Amino acid sequence: MLRRTFNALLISAVVFGTAGGIASAEETLKIGVSAPKTGVQSGGAAAVYWPNVQLWVHDLNQKGGIKVDGKQLKIDLVEYDDKSSPEEAVKNIQRLATVDKVDFIISPYTTGINLATAPLIARYGYPQLVATGNANDLRAFIKQWPNSFWLLGKASDLSTGIVGTLKTLRDKGQVGNKVALAYVAEALGLEMIDSAKPAFKEAGFDIVYETSYPIGTQDLSPVISGAKAAKPDAFVAYSYPPDSFALTEQAQIQAFDVNAFYVGVGGALTGYGQRFGKQAEGILSMGGINPDDQAYKSYRESHKKVTGQDTDYWAGAVVYASLEVLAQAIEKAGKERAAVVKAIKSGTFDTVIGKVSFEDNVVKKLWTVGQWRGGVFQGVNGLSVEGAKEPVKKPAWN
Amino acid sequence: MTGIHRDEMLGLICGGVALALLSLLPLLTEGFYLSFGVNLVLYAALSTAWSLFSGPTRFVSLASAAFFGIGTYSVALWLDALPFVVLIAIAALASAALAALIGAATLRLSGVYFVIFTLGLTELIRQIVSWSQSRFAHKMGLYVFTDFTEGDLYWMLLALTAATFSVGWLINRSRLGFALRIIGDDETVARHVGIATARAKIVLFMISGAFAGIAGAIMAPRYAYIEPQAAFNPMISFMVVIMALLGGTRRLWGPLVGVVPFTVVMELIAARFPNESLIVVGIAFLAIVYVLPSGVTGRIECLRERLRRSLGTGVDAPGCGKIEGRA
Repeated sequence: MLRRTFNALLISAVVFGTAGGIASAEETLKIGVSAPKTGVQSGGAAAVYWPNVQLWVHDLNQKGGIKVDGKQLKIDLVEYDDKSSPEEAVKNIQRLATVDKVDFIISPYTTGINLATAPLIARYGYPQLVATGNANDLRAFIKQWPNSFWLLGKASDLSTGIVGTLKTLRDKGQVGNKVALAYVAEALGLEMIDSAKPAFKEAGFDIVYETSYPIGTQDLSPVISGAKAAKPDAFVAYSYPPDSFALTEQAQIQAFDVNAFYVGVGGALTGYGQRFGKQAEGILSMGGINPDDQAYKSYRESHKKVTGQDTDYWAGAVVYASLEVLAQAIEKAGKERAAVVKAIKSGTFDTVIGKVSFEDNVVKKLWTVGQWRGGVFQGVNGLSVEGAKEPVKKPAWN
Repeated sequence: MTGIHRDEMLGLICGGVALALLSLLPLLTEGFYLSFGVNLVLYAALSTAWSLFSGPTRFVSLASAAFFGIGTYSVALWLDALPFVVLIAIAALASAALAALIGAATLRLSGVYFVIFTLGLTELIRQIVSWSQSRFAHKMGLYVFTDFTEGDLYWMLLALTAATFSVGWLINRSRLGFALRIIGDDETVARHVGIATARAKIVLFMISGAFAGIAGAIMAPRYAYIEPQAAFNPMISFMVVIMALLGGTRRLWGPLVGVVPFTVVMELIAARFPNESLIVVGIAFLAIVYVLPSGVTGRIECLRERLRRSLGTGVDAPGCGKIEGRA
C-alpha cells in the first residue's frame, strides 16, 4: 500500500516536474542567467551577484519594462545553477541559447567560468559583460572574443592600486618602506602577485616578507606571525573573502600593528565592516566606491529594500552597473545582438558607478583601493575616478 | 578463449547498432542536446571505467577525479608542444602510473582503507598541483584553446566508451576476469588457490584509471580554462560511484543504465527547480534507494525472471522476492 502511494506520488512529481511552463501571451524580453547557487562559489555569488540580478529585473519591470524597438517589454528571467563547475556552465549556456532561445545572457560569475563559457557566448553572438572576473592578458581574449567586455579592468590595475596608495602614505611620512606580502595560491592571488611585486620594487619598497597559502586554509596565524617577525611598516594580502576575515582577526589577536593593513577580496563587503566594527577603522582593501555619490546611495537603499540585504562597496555595484549597460545598449540598438555589441563598444552609459565607457573593451575608469572610515568604505585610489579620499595611516588595534 | 555465446552475439549487435545511432547525434543538433549528450557520454565512460575495477573486486574507488584531473592537465600542459593523440596517450600512461602507485600502496589492505585513501589522494594531488603552479608557473589557470567542436568531443567520448566496453568484455572472458571474480567473492579463497591477488587488482586498477584519464584529456578543450579546483573536482568521483551503483555493478552494462536515468533526472531537476535543486536531488536519492534497492540492472533482471517464471521456466532470481515482500 505504502509502496503504491509512493509510486503514485513519484509519478505525479515527475509529471509536474516535466510539464512545460505555461506560455504567457505578453511579449517579453527573455534574459538568461547561469551562475552558482551551489558549490564553492555560491557564497560569493549570493553576496554580490544574485541580489543584483534580482534587483535589476525588479527595477526594470517596475518601470514597465525595457524599451525595445518602440515597445515596452518586461523582463522574463530564465535562471540556472552552474554548480560552480565549468562543465555545467557550458551546458547551461547552450541550453539558454538553443532551447530557451533567450534574447540576451547575463555573463556568469568568476573569472574561470567566464573564460570557459566565452567561446560559446561568442559563437551565439551575445555580448558578455564580465563584472566578476579579470586577468592580466585581457588583450588576447578580446582579440579572440571581441564581444567580451571587462568591467573590473586588468588584474594588474587592481593589484598595483595599493602600491600607489602606499606611495601616497609614504610621501606624507605616514608609512615606511618595508612591506610584508601574502597571497592565496589560486588564480587571483597569483595573477595579482605577478604584477604587484615588480610594481612594489619599482616604487622603491622593500619586500621584507613574502608567503603564499593554499585556498581554504583555516589557520592563518603562521602568516601573521611570520609577517610580524619581519617587522614591516605595511601588510598587503591578496586574499579571498574567508581569508580576508581570518587574516584581520589574526592580526588583532597577535597585536600585529602596521601603519597600513590591506586585504584583498572581501574587505569591501558591508559584513566586513560590521564584523570588525571600530577595529576596521583605517583598514585598506581591494575595491572601493564613492559612497557619497547620489546614484550609489539610492542604489544601496533600493538594494536593501528589494533584496533584504546590504550591497557591498565594490563588486555588487559593478555587477548592477554591467546590467544597466546591457539594458541601455538594448534600448539604443534593439534586439539585434551584433548591434548591441557595437553599441556597448562605442557608447557611454550612466550607471550606479558613474559614467561607464569601454576602451578596447576594457573599462579604464575603476576603483582599486578603499579604506574603512567611520564604518563606511571610502574609495581612496583608482584609475581616473572622481571623489577619491586621501588615504590615512591606520590607527593601532584598540 | 572460448567461442562467442549466442546471447553475447546479440548484445554485440545491439551495442553496435546503438553506437551507430548515437554517433549520429552531432549531425542532428549542435546546441543544448549535444552538450547534454557530451555530459551523458562522459559519465558513461567514467562509470564504466570505474566498474571495470570496482565491479568485480568490490573495492569502492573515489579516485576517478584524480585520474580525470591528471588527464586534463596532461593536455593543458603540453597542448602547444605535442599533437592531441600523443597527449591522450600521455594522459593514459600518467593515470595508469598513478593507479599502479595507489594500488601498490593500498590494494593489499582491506576495502575501507582503500576508500579513504583514494578520497584523500584526489585532494593531495590537487594541492600538489596548486602548489607547483604557484611555485613554478606563477599562475593558476592554464588555457586550452583548440579547434575541436562539441561534436568532436562527443565522438571521442563515444569511442572511448565503446573501447572501455570492449576491454571490459575481453577482461571478463580472460583469466584475469575469472581471477577477479573469485577475489570479489572471497579474497582468502582466491589466495589459497594460487591467484596473485594483489597483482591482478593492480593491473585492473591501472586499466580503469587509464580510461578515466583519457576521459579527462578529451574534456580539457571544453573546459578552456583549467584550474585545479575544476579539474580535480571531488564531485566527479562521487557522481561516478552513485551512477554506477544506481545501475548496478554486477553487469558490465550496469553503470550505463544508471548513467542515463540519473543524468536525465538531474537535468530535469536543474532546469525546473534551479533554486531548490539540492532538496529535490535529496528526495530523488531517497526515491531511488527505495524503488531500486539493487540498481536498475537488478530490477531488469528481476522483471525478466518474473516473465520467465510466468512462462513456466527459470529459477528464483536472488533479491526479487525481497523487494516485492516489502510492499
